[in-house]
Amino acid sequence: MYNSFAEIKSALSQGDSVENITTYYLDRIKSHEHLNIFLEVFSEEALSQARVIDEKINAGTAGKLAGMVIGLKDNLAFKGHRVSAASKILDGFESLYTATAVERLIAEDAIIIGRLNCDEFAMGSSNENSAFGPVKNPHNEKMVPGGSSGGSSAAIAANLCTVSLGSDTGGSIRQPASFSGVIGFKPTYGRISRYGLLAYASSFDQIGPFSTTVEDTAIVSAIMSGKDDYDSTLHQSDVSAYNLEFDSNKKLKIAYIQDCLERDGIDPEIKSRTLEVIEDLRSKGHQVEPVSFPYLDQMVPTYYVLTTAEASSNYSRYDGVHFGYQADDVAGVENTYKKSRSEGFGEEVKRRIMTGTFVLSHGYYDAYYTKGQKVRRVIQNKTKEIFNDYDFVILPTTPSTAFEIGKNADDPITMYLQDIFTVQANLAGNPAISLPLGKHSNGLPFGIQVMADHLDEENLLAFANFMMTECH
Amino acid sequence: MEITDEIVDHIAHLARLEFNGDDKVNIKKDLSNIIDFIDQLNAVDTEGVEPLIFMSDAINVLREDKFEPSITQAEALKNAPNHDSDYFKIAKVLKK
Repeated sequence: MYNSFAEIKSALSQGDSVENITTYYLDRIKSHEHLNIFLEVFSEEALSQARVIDEKINAGTAGKLAGMVIGLKDNLAFKGHRVSAASKILDGFESLYTATAVERLIAEDAIIIGRLNCDEFAMGSSNENSAFGPVKNPHNEKMVPGGSSGGSSAAIAANLCTVSLGSDTGGSIRQPASFSGVIGFKPTYGRISRYGLLAYASSFDQIGPFSTTVEDTAIVSAIMSGKDDYDSTLHQSDVSAYNLEFDSNKKLKIAYIQDCLERDGIDPEIKSRTLEVIEDLRSKGHQVEPVSFPYLDQMVPTYYVLTTAEASSNYSRYDGVHFGYQADDVAGVENTYKKSRSEGFGEEVKRRIMTGTFVLSHGYYDAYYTKGQKVRRVIQNKTKEIFNDYDFVILPTTPSTAFEIGKNADDPITMYLQDIFTVQANLAGNPAISLPLGKHSNGLPFGIQVMADHLDEENLLAFANFMMTECH
Repeated sequence: MEITDEIVDHIAHLARLEFNGDDKVNIKKDLSNIIDFIDQLNAVDTEGVEPLIFMSDAINVLREDKFEPSITQAEALKNAPNHDSDYFKIAKVLKK
């Protein structure tokens, strides 16, 4: 049993091998196939890579992640391997290069074990939008694991790899982390290169990890971060290892967003557990105060206007001609485009392309798209104001625990509101982490979210580590 | 907002998508609900606010213009559903 990278490293120091660790995960993946977590497992390749790394360990030349086994959300490119974004439209597609974030992990001798199921093109909050079927929540197989990175969160919950990667556009790492009872981290926008991440909404998307310990999140995040020739939106500061030491004498100023806790529809147990954590932080001498955030109702609509617009533009590349799926019985270019796209994209993706095309279309552009960009600035300014006065913001990750597979499938708007507490960090560009807060009386896990100022990952992760170890 | 067949057809054409039969009925209903939902934006006063376009403070992050190969022609064609050794191929417009 390996529950974290620390356990793997200690096993390795006592003579265990990377090959043995990889075999352990491969066996677990096999016995959990019914959860539909992996779309593809790179068994042979992972094992042969493990033997290479064992030799490196013996020779004293192994990288920092030797022994770590990582699963990739199926929207990250890995050269010579399939990537589908859980969509039919990328049928048969093989990556021509490796995403920068993945490349950096491999350079430190991490093993990539396979591709993880997700909502098609990262659009969804339940993993039910995958062209390859829903993922089941390891805590209760009738339930969704959350989404869109549902395979990534479930893989950690079921202990099928040490760390998994996901992407977060409106909550797609933190929401499934909450539903699956694991840690999920979205860094500052522009911290980790998006090169090789199949774009959904380019001004929102950010790669981040899932893990069982903050330590593991910190080590892989630091390695993936920093400038890259292939992404000019990155912050140009270098990132060295994150120091997780938390000075317990330092008294923090923490805000919690009262509007979130007072909102109709928040589960009473999630609310009371969140308030208990707040009390506990106060008892440890930190100043925790309610703040008001008056734009809660407008956040998800703003997110939908802007992300669908960006998606409708990004997805024009899926044309049925240059790569992926092409419909049968087509004639000429336009017919090939229309038929291939209509057959290749799933329902939710088409819904969002249509919404995005509408808000960008002549006559509606200013009323929706420009208006959305203005509201985004208002939200960012208000968020900045809070961080002028406070070190961190605490809020629930999700208003409820995981729901049943199929329950919200016919109601896109209810599904969109899953992101109500997570979108703020994407709209404003801030880093945020979801930490497991134990189990609800219904037996399902849920999380608490901590958000920090731009580029303040190190303090955020140190505080998260303190919360995981010291808070109740 | 009422979404008419004409609006759906126009937007679908711009997006290079097709909706027929039940699919068209459904997308009309969904779009109408989604647009009512996003209309909530109007509750925020944005008088005098500049649109937020760039999320990063970095300006003109440029790299050195080096001459180096990227992908080969064969690689570029490899994932195409229909191609010959030089070109992407599309289905004939006129059928014999």
